[in-house]
Amino acid sequence: MTSVLSLDALLFGVLPYVALAVFLLGSIARYRGWRYSYSSLSSQFLENRQHFWGLVPFHYGILVVLTGHLVAFLIPRSVLAWNAQPLRLYVLEVSALAFGVLTVIGLAAAVWRRITVGRVRRVTNTRDWVLFAMLGVQTVTGVLVAMLYPWGSSWFAATAAPYLWSLVFLRPDLTAMAAMPWLVKTHIVTAFVLVGYTPFSRLVHVLVAPLPYLWRKPQVVRWYRGPGVVS
Amino acid sequence: MNVRSQVSMVFHLDKCIGCHTCSIACKNIWTDRKGTEYMWWNNVETKPGTGFPTAWEDQEKYNGGWKVEDGTLALRSQSRTKSVVNMFHHPNLPTLDDYYHPWTYDYKNLFDAPEGSDQPIARPISMVTGEPVAIESGPNWDDDLGGSPVYAEHDRNLEGLSEEQRQQLFAVERLVFFYFPRICNHCLNPACVAACPSGALYKRGEDGIVLVDQTRCRAWRACIAACPYKKVYFNWSTGKSEKCILCFPRLETGQAPACFHSCVGRIRYLGVLLYDADRLEEAASRPDDELVEAQRSLILDPFDPQVIAAAAANGVHDSVIESAQRSPVYQFVKVWKVALPPHIEYRTMPMLFYVPPMAPVMANRGQGVVDSVSDDLFHDIEAARVPLQFLGNLFGAGHDAKVRYALRKQKAVRWHRRAETVGDVDRATADRMLREADCTAEEAEAIYRLTSLCTFEERFVIPPMHREEALQMLEEPMEHKQAAGFGFIKAPRRGV
Repeated sequence: MTSVLSLDALLFGVLPYVALAVFLLGSIARYRGWRYSYSSLSSQFLENRQHFWGLVPFHYGILVVLTGHLVAFLIPRSVLAWNAQPLRLYVLEVSALAFGVLTVIGLAAAVWRRITVGRVRRVTNTRDWVLFAMLGVQTVTGVLVAMLYPWGSSWFAATAAPYLWSLVFLRPDLTAMAAMPWLVKTHIVTAFVLVGYTPFSRLVHVLVAPLPYLWRKPQVVRWYRGPGVVS
Repeated sequence: MNVRSQVSMVFHLDKCIGCHTCSIACKNIWTDRKGTEYMWWNNVETKPGTGFPTAWEDQEKYNGGWKVEDGTLALRSQSRTKSVVNMFHHPNLPTLDDYYHPWTYDYKNLFDAPEGSDQPIARPISMVTGEPVAIESGPNWDDDLGGSPVYAEHDRNLEGLSEEQRQQLFAVERLVFFYFPRICNHCLNPACVAACPSGALYKRGEDGIVLVDQTRCRAWRACIAACPYKKVYFNWSTGKSEKCILCFPRLETGQAPACFHSCVGRIRYLGVLLYDADRLEEAASRPDDELVEAQRSLILDPFDPQVIAAAAANGVHDSVIESAQRSPVYQFVKVWKVALPPHIEYRTMPMLFYVPPMAPVMANRGQGVVDSVSDDLFHDIEAARVPLQFLGNLFGAGHDAKVRYALRKQKAVRWHRRAETVGDVDRATADRMLREADCTAEEAEAIYRLTSLCTFEERFVIPPMHREEALQMLEEPMEHKQAAGFGFIKAPRRGV
């Protein structure tokens, strides 16, 4: 019994911190040392049609699902309040599941494209395949959890959110996690591993999402009058 | 008045012989790397033709350039909202198939093939996948009107031409075409720069060269879609956009860009133009038929004391102003008005100008004989075998007035010189022609000299770039020591 507990402690008490540290240090180091590599490495130029059916559902799906997780983490009480009415709970659960399924379908289409289109396979490396495997595990377990253990939006707010907050406050409380089914555990552990894997993969493109475009002036002129002067 | 300087160009199409030396010079220096095999920063197209990439002028397909919306300029392909919505899949991105699939040949097989009853062959091999590939098209696939029914007849510039004119263009044994060499126009209002979500593309303040910051480019691909001339290319290997850099490392050391330097027909001119950046937006928003004039009005007289003072106040170096005064581009574009911007209706304010071609224009008379003297001296131009409308679509935003003016002046110059040297045209006729073409004998002489007798120094008036004054370089003189190229110390390697 003790050995299982210690494994839980390792996965839910130590791994998160290791993953976060690796993520922060790794991303910064890569940005300082090899900024050139911060790219989305798009392959749309090599193949257009399948790209649409894979990349669009995947990205929109994962953005919505991740936002959902973030909201449930930040304001769990409000989520619980929302779910107090069964109809609202159903709406939330069904739409969350729909976007989860969308993510899985998109990912599958994208990976299928990588396997079958020679040109795209040519620009896919081992780290990409590892990443796709991890994303596969992550998204499929996510959808399975949503289907097999319903009302996740509520129990996430009641169990996962407090656990994550306990991590934030550096007092890991593993009681809720230890009681989780293995499917949920897998989902959480893979999430931490993905965070840690980010600096070593193409996932870094998330960190350089071009938000400044939303407010910058259209034309960019660089002068050599001073170091780094951009007007 | 916000005076800036811009390295600008003129291509004299009458002198282009379509030899592609420029393309090769460029390829050998800049795009012989992995991922750039298919790129031709400089390419030479046959007109009529669909160009490279195929049908690049079809903005209904590619959505390049700017449009005027409620009186203000807006990119056709991109807005702030669209930059987010289209982040994951750009709807207007050309793909490799719109260019061509680059290939080499399996030459090794010629040596290593086992003995057999057949000759060994070198099969075409994809330069992307390394697998055998079926060649479907290549660069200049429609060179000299090759495959006209597939290519030339789909030229967008044929729009507005009557059926008769079209048939005339493609009549057997009377075909007519000219060459259209293209590089990046280093526009005053570049759509690629305005579309880049990362802010990686920029215009150099001092000389106006448009570049892609390779470290900042994240492959969002918006520039490729936004450039209406399709002169930003995607390096599929590094995952970065690349484009013509106007050989700035050469310019900075006083050498002409490789494509200019190597030009066999000596069709290329390079020089500085001073322009008013404050009026740019207003000029680019004008109706189509006023655009050529609006762009000309931005270009300032480098001899005007007010302009000189404003330029100096804006940090334009004296030597650059002096260079602008000797600029051949200023003469062609602003003084003589014989060089015109390509497709100014895209509203990027391209700074590469073309002298429209005269040769095919002159060759359309009964039985192929050019009638040299008639009362209507410019009849040949009006009844041209390359219809004026075609040239107008290319160089006048669909209006042929500016093209007609340029061609008349060129024709007058020729007749003036014939009166001078050959003598089969009398002086009075030549003078009347000059007058009707809005040209003086002195001007005609100057046009003749810069067109036919120009030296290297007259064609390329390269402004001193004064990199020695660039603070950035002074601060870290050792930064680029032993660098493999320009800006990178380590060879750029694709990310993971």
